[in-house]
Amino acid sequence: MGFEIDQKGFYGEFGGAYIPEMLYPNIRELEENYLKIIGSEQFREQFRRLLQDYAGRPTPLFRADRLSEHYGTNIYLKREDLNHTGAHKINNTIGQILMARHLGKRRIIAETGAGQHGVATATVCALTGVNCIVYMGALDVERQSPNVKKMKMLGAEVVPVHSGNKTLKDATNEAIRDWINHPVETYYIIGSVVGPHPYPDMVTRFQSVISEEIRLQLAEKTGRDFPDYLVACVGGGSNAAGAYYHYLDDERVRLISAEAAGMGVNSGQTAATSLLGRTGIIHGSRTLLMQDEDGQIQEPYSISAGLDYPGVGPLHSWLAKTGRSTVYAATDEEALQAALLCTRKEGIIPALETAHALAVLDKITPGKEETVVVNLSGRGDKDMETYINRLSL
Amino acid sequence: MNRIDQLFREKGGEILSVYTTAGYPDLNDTPALLRALQSGGTDMVEIGIPFSDPLADGPVIQQSSQVALQNGMNLKLLFSQLTGIRSTVHIPLVLMGYLNPVLQLGMENFLEKCREVGIDGVIIPDLPPDEYEARYFELFKKYGIHHILLITPHTSTERIQKIARLSKGFLYLVSDASTTGVKSEIGRHQIEYFQRIRKMDLPLPGLIGFGISNRKTFRTACMHAGGAIIGSAFIRAIGEEGPLEEKVKRFISSIRV
Repeated sequence: MGFEIDQKGFYGEFGGAYIPEMLYPNIRELEENYLKIIGSEQFREQFRRLLQDYAGRPTPLFRADRLSEHYGTNIYLKREDLNHTGAHKINNTIGQILMARHLGKRRIIAETGAGQHGVATATVCALTGVNCIVYMGALDVERQSPNVKKMKMLGAEVVPVHSGNKTLKDATNEAIRDWINHPVETYYIIGSVVGPHPYPDMVTRFQSVISEEIRLQLAEKTGRDFPDYLVACVGGGSNAAGAYYHYLDDERVRLISAEAAGMGVNSGQTAATSLLGRTGIIHGSRTLLMQDEDGQIQEPYSISAGLDYPGVGPLHSWLAKTGRSTVYAATDEEALQAALLCTRKEGIIPALETAHALAVLDKITPGKEETVVVNLSGRGDKDMETYINRLSL
Repeated sequence: MNRIDQLFREKGGEILSVYTTAGYPDLNDTPALLRALQSGGTDMVEIGIPFSDPLADGPVIQQSSQVALQNGMNLKLLFSQLTGIRSTVHIPLVLMGYLNPVLQLGMENFLEKCREVGIDGVIIPDLPPDEYEARYFELFKKYGIHHILLITPHTSTERIQKIARLSKGFLYLVSDASTTGVKSEIGRHQIEYFQRIRKMDLPLPGLIGFGISNRKTFRTACMHAGGAIIGSAFIRAIGEEGPLEEKVKRFISSIRV
C-alpha cells in the first residue's frame, strides 16, 4: 500500500482540496509549482543552508540512558526541541517562506493556536523582511500572552479572532478568509499537515528532514538505520508526518501516534481525533474530525494547546484507517507525569505536546533489544506556567 | 419544469434573489420569512444552512449562522420546517450550505429531502466541480435538483466554460475576490469582468452575488447579468428590532420599487 499522495491530492480517501472557487487560483498556482520549486537546485540549497545555519540542524539523536533503563528498552530522543524557536515548527516555516519568495508573494498570513507556529512564522518573516499577519483566536491571545509579545517584537501583526469559539480552528478560518479577500499578493503559511492539497504534502516534505536525519543518525549509533518503534504526538500531525516520512513504506517500523485524550477519551473533554472522529471536511480537507451528529465541528480540549485541533492531517487519517499507524491517547495527567519523568531522568523539559508522545511509552511494550525513537518535538519553556500549577512545583 | 428555469424563462432579467440564514433571527422564523419575501416581490430565495465554520462568509453571515446554531437549527429541523412550504410559497428556493453537514446527512438522503419539500437548487461552495462531476452529477439529475456553481473574476476562461457546463439553473457570479458582505461597491474592473462573461455567451444566465447591498449595486448588477443575490445586507436588516414582515417589506422596497 502506498502512503504518498496521489495525483489528485488524496491519501486513499482522505485529503483533496474542498475550497470555495475564490481560492482555486491560489491553490492551483501552489499545486502546479510546489514540487518543481522544492526540487530545484536553488531552493534545495537555500533550504538546506537555513536549516543548518539558522535553525541549527541537524538536531541530535540522543540515547536516553536513564529512560531506557526505566522502560527496559533502548530509547532515543530526536531533539527537535533544540531547533531555533524551540520546536520542529521552524522547519516548515523556513520551507514555506522560501516557497512564498519563489512565487513572488510579499504578504504573509498564518494562523496560530498556542502561538508556536505564529512565532516560527513571524521569525522567518523578520529574517526575510516581509509583512506578517498572524490570526489567533481571541481566547488564545489572552492565554498565550508571552507568544503574542514575541510575535509583536518580531514585527508581526497579531489579529485576535472573535468568531466561533475564538480558538485555533477559528483562527484558521479567518486566515483562509483573509486569503480569499487578498488572493493575488498573499501567501498563506499553514502550520501543520492540514488544509487543502497541496499543503499536507508540502508541509510533510518540509518536515521530512526529521526522518532523513533519524535514518543517518540511527545507522551511525546502532548500525541499523531504522527503529522498531517510532513515536510522535499528533495534533494536526506535522512533527509525526516528518518523523514518519522516510519509514512510511517500511513495515519493520511500527508508527505510534499519540493523541491528546484530555480528561479522558470518553469524557467529552478530549482531542482524540482519530479515535473519536468521523470522516468529514475541515479547512479544505477530507479527514477524520470531531463533529456532532449534524456535522458541526466540535471544539476539542487538551491541556496542550498544540494538540487541540478538531481534525487531523489527512495522511494520519489514512495511516490510522489502514492500520499503518497505531493511535494511543494520553490524558492530561499522563502527559504531565511523563513530562516530569523525562525531566527528572534526562534533564530535558519537554513541551506538553511532546509529553503525550512520552506518555505512550507506558502503553507500548518494546523488547529489551528493540529500539524506540521518540520525536521530542518541542521544549517546555512555553508550558512552565502549566507545569508549575499542575505539578505543584 | 424546475422553478428556477421557469423563472428565468418567464422573467428574463432583473431577478432579485435574497439569501437568508435558516433559523435566524429566531429558530422558527424561516417559513414566515419565505412568505414575506415572496409577497414583498422577491423572485427567489437562497436559504443558508448554518455551519460552525463558514469559510466563504464574512462577519455578518458568520454571526447569523452562529445565532442560528445556538437557536438550535440543524439540517433535519430545517427540512421539517420546510415540509408543506409549497402550499404557500411558489418562488424558487435554493439551499446554500457547506459540504460537511450535507455529507453527514448523506448526499442522496439530502437530495431526496430537497425534492420532498420542493427545493429547486443547491449551492455548496466548498464542493469542487471535479468532485461534483465525478461523484454527484447523476444523483442531482436523478432528483431533479439544480446544482449551482460559482465563478469569480479570477476564474480562467477555460474553467468558466467547464463550470458553466456543469452548473444548472444559473451561474453564480461572485463579484469580487472577497468573502460575503465585505465589499459594497462595484468598480470598473468588476464591470469589465461582467462584460467579459456576457460576451462568452454561456449556455445559462448569471446572477451576481457578493457586494450587492442596495438599490444602486442591484441596478448595476441587473445591467450586466440576469439579476443579483443579496445576502449580508438583508441579514443585517432582519437583525434589527421590529416585526419581521415589516422589516422584509421595507428592505425589498429599498432595493426595487
